[in-house]
Amino acid sequence: MSELLTIDSIHVSYGNIKALKDVSMHVDQGDIVCLIGANGAGKSTLLKAIVGLEPLVEGNISLDGEVIATTQMSGSSRHIKLFRRSGAAGTSSLRTDQIAGLGVALVPEGRRVFADMSVEENLDMGAFLVRDEQLIAKKKEEMYDFFPILGSRRKQKTRSLSGGEQQMMAIARALMSSPRLLLLDEPGLGLAPLIVADIFDKIRIINQEENVTVFLVEQNARMALKASNHGYVMENGRIVLSDKSEKLLADEKVRAAYLGE
Amino acid sequence: MINFILLILIYTGIYALMAIGQNLITGYVGLLSLTQAGFFAIGSYVTAILSVTYGIDFWITVPIAGILAALFGVVIGLPTLRLSGDYLAIATLGFGEIVRNILNNWDSLTNGPMGIQRIPMITVFGMKISPYAKWGFLVVVWLFVLVAFVLFERLANSRMGRALEAVREDEIAASSMGINATRYKVWAFALGAGIAGVAGSLQSTFILSVTPGVFTFMVSIMVLCMVVLGGMGNFAAVILGAFIIQFISYFPQLVGLSNIIPPQFKQILFGLILVTMMIWRPQGILGRKTRGEPAIFKRRGGKK
Repeated sequence: MSELLTIDSIHVSYGNIKALKDVSMHVDQGDIVCLIGANGAGKSTLLKAIVGLEPLVEGNISLDGEVIATTQMSGSSRHIKLFRRSGAAGTSSLRTDQIAGLGVALVPEGRRVFADMSVEENLDMGAFLVRDEQLIAKKKEEMYDFFPILGSRRKQKTRSLSGGEQQMMAIARALMSSPRLLLLDEPGLGLAPLIVADIFDKIRIINQEENVTVFLVEQNARMALKASNHGYVMENGRIVLSDKSEKLLADEKVRAAYLGE
Repeated sequence: MINFILLILIYTGIYALMAIGQNLITGYVGLLSLTQAGFFAIGSYVTAILSVTYGIDFWITVPIAGILAALFGVVIGLPTLRLSGDYLAIATLGFGEIVRNILNNWDSLTNGPMGIQRIPMITVFGMKISPYAKWGFLVVVWLFVLVAFVLFERLANSRMGRALEAVREDEIAASSMGINATRYKVWAFALGAGIAGVAGSLQSTFILSVTPGVFTFMVSIMVLCMVVLGGMGNFAAVILGAFIIQFISYFPQLVGLSNIIPPQFKQILFGLILVTMMIWRPQGILGRKTRGEPAIFKRRGGKK
């Protein structure tokens, strides 16, 4: 399998605080990979760095061999790039919307749905870069089939949906662009265990049937490791362990620290 | 009396244009900008200078006024749109004051505090539209409002309109959907500024003179009041807001009490309106327009 996402020894800082220290990892094409770790370990920061929301202090991130984030022209200088025709590949960091254009879809932490828009309008937003109206309509029907609860609420304002429904909608919205890589930030956060199990089932199905590569970040280590093929463990901004998910599930240190056994 | 009501209606139209622009910026993208007076002034002076000094026809100065105001919108927007909330309000407020001070002091171009007089009247097919007759001018102004309303309404229902709303609701989510948030914000700012420039053009051919004293901060506040009162994110509502605010501000003269009620009275009323609305009806009189309501403005293809 070829590498779709490659993270090459990146450092990210918030002022003086080093949030990510020399993080390297990769996600293979078609794989489903998870990153587990405690609160504040740097998991969400890593996802933000991947989609260009946090500038890198050191290192590179590439998608399918093309550099999408590096130490040049990132972060605060993003806005100055307004008038540049999309940066020459491989030389500078891309803006978040450009990275989305390359087929990276993010389901952000806390879902960040457009609360005042209906379910259908949210899905339309997810397909913002798709210009083919027929394809959008087809995709929407697929999503309503896949998440029947969304189908029955398509005209309802997202604000009125339950947490689990909003999470499903956020995932459906991300899938509207037919992404190559789906990034999920704590999809199980604040949801009842049954619903979390349902969502992780859906994620596996998306990965297998839609052939979407998945990288998910999760505090719920057991769920994440069960759903994924490969796992990384992050502590204090560093990757401390990396192995096949089933091996991590059996690993004594992981069991003690993250599975409460 | 009828003449006075016509005058108020003409001002309503001019301010409605500014309110339409403000609504795109504040109602759709959610940016609290307080600088419509600055763009209004730029538009006024473009028409005044071009028509008086260079003898250029009004109809040619209108697009120039709009485009120049929009360009200033981009120049101001690029650095300031990275700010949010109160900070943006203060930065844009500053711009409005800078414009007024420059107009006040650049004597060779603007004739300073004296302003520019004897601006030629609008002519349509060789017919002079005199501001003293009022009816003709009223029609011209409201034709502008109608065109602006239709164009901005279409824009709001387009792909760009959807992008603007997404940016307002959640910028991070919007950019991870592939929306270039900064670019759309600057576009909205430029368009809102451009229409205020056009309103300025009309104002200068209505009064037939321009002076810097007209373009105070109070103008921006009035425009903001119109948007808040009518309903953010609803172009018809902000035109209604323009009606109400204009009639309120001329209320003392209208009922013949101007020698009893001081002119500052309207500022008290605006303040009261803003506070009352925020408490009891923060969405404005008509509220935000939900998508796809009026069938005449259906988006091209696609979404129902």
